[in-house]
Amino acid sequence: MIALVDYGAGNLTSVKKALTSLGAEFMVPDAPHQCADAAGLIVPGVGHFAATAALDASWREAIAGAVGAGTPLLGICVGMQWLYEGSEEAPEVPGLGLVPGRCRRLRGDAARRLKIPHVGWNALEVVRGANPSGSPGEPPPHRAGVRGGDPGERLAPRESRLLRGIPSGAHVYFTHSYAAPVTADCVASTTHAEPFAAAVERDLVFGVQFHPEKSGDTGLRILRNFLGMCQC
Amino acid sequence: MLTKRIIACMDVRDGQVVKGVQFQQLRHAGDPAALARRYNVEGIDEVVILDVTATLESRRALAQTIAAVAHEIFLPLTVGGGIRSEDDAAAAVDAGADKVSLNTAALANPGLITTLARRYGSQAVIVAIDAKRRAAGFGVYVRSGTADAARDAVEWAREAASRGAGEILLTSMDRDGTRAGFDCELTAAVADAVNIPVIASGGAGGLEHFAEVFTRGRADAALAASIFHYADTGVAELKRYLHARGIPVRLVGHWDLYEC
Repeated sequence: MIALVDYGAGNLTSVKKALTSLGAEFMVPDAPHQCADAAGLIVPGVGHFAATAALDASWREAIAGAVGAGTPLLGICVGMQWLYEGSEEAPEVPGLGLVPGRCRRLRGDAARRLKIPHVGWNALEVVRGANPSGSPGEPPPHRAGVRGGDPGERLAPRESRLLRGIPSGAHVYFTHSYAAPVTADCVASTTHAEPFAAAVERDLVFGVQFHPEKSGDTGLRILRNFLGMCQC
Repeated sequence: MLTKRIIACMDVRDGQVVKGVQFQQLRHAGDPAALARRYNVEGIDEVVILDVTATLESRRALAQTIAAVAHEIFLPLTVGGGIRSEDDAAAAVDAGADKVSLNTAALANPGLITTLARRYGSQAVIVAIDAKRRAAGFGVYVRSGTADAARDAVEWAREAASRGAGEILLTSMDRDGTRAGFDCELTAAVADAVNIPVIASGGAGGLEHFAEVFTRGRADAALAASIFHYADTGVAELKRYLHARGIPVRLVGHWDLYEC
């Protein structure tokens, strides 16, 4: 069972529909403790970073605790931004902080007619390619290092499990004004006026800045890869 | 780089897709869900459902049609027609729309643009402008093209953007259904005036019309209805044509290259 975390912003309809079409069972938890029983956690999001304030300390502890106990977590759009320490969009609202870094407002470029918000189909530049020998159905081999701790204990960056089967140049659908910078955890970047993190992967924590539920077959494949990592 | 988007529009009346010429002579073009299924396979980038008679008959866009289409596609879906209030927009979003398109109501109550942009984000609010050439410039028409709004299209587009619209859906009434090509002058005039994406609509007849509107018309997206409904022009063929001319588009059908 996947727990789809609803914090009252945006619309869960599309994500639910995509999960249903992929044969996944899901529930929307009413209380933080329900996250502990989930095989996977998804934090969707459309809208303003400030809305994630609804995910208060009890939710953050429950979600981080589930990840620490081995449950994969996927953040979508604002849900991905929330995985970081925070965002310029609402500096007073803390993120989950499982991925280092802060999200920033995207820059446009009037001369090149690059507008903000960045809306539409753009290409993924896969930074860490798919692991040809791994299977998205395999449980992750290690669960250490997720809860912060000593960064030296982290595994060496391995190939992306989330983007298995997705080549560079695949197009996905974006609609956002803020994004995370390209850091060591970034597995795919996308360039508007400047490159930003399109997908992030740090142990069991995954995020996509685009909307996989609106990205046709490419998006469904990425969701399927995530579901394959959830033991459900 | 962001691609130029190809959008399929379904003008819906009583749950069926219809298509007219210059907003008149509506005829049936099929079942919305069946068309959506085909578009999804062919590689359309977005789908727009317009309940073409909703405003005239004071009906809301049919939630059932929206849900049936949303069930078929994993692509952005816009719904317009008869959205007059925050509640109408919420009904469309709850049924599965990602964006709503305002036309008559935005002119009558421009504050609605701002209200919806605050609630759903600007990216979810499209202002549709039905424009017609006049002696000087382009006029705006409302109520499915039946009433002159006595506004200038460029000036209204600018106001809509400043009030929070995320995109302009610009239809040339002169070209609608004629297959004579998009009105590139109209499109460029609006695209140059606003800092939000402009979707060109009305007049698509051949592949070259899309290339023109993306270059000379400076459109961010192009919308067509009848040429896609009757499968005169395949979406995949159109994408390949544009790609060959250096226009960035999302190509699909390369799944054989994907390692599974």
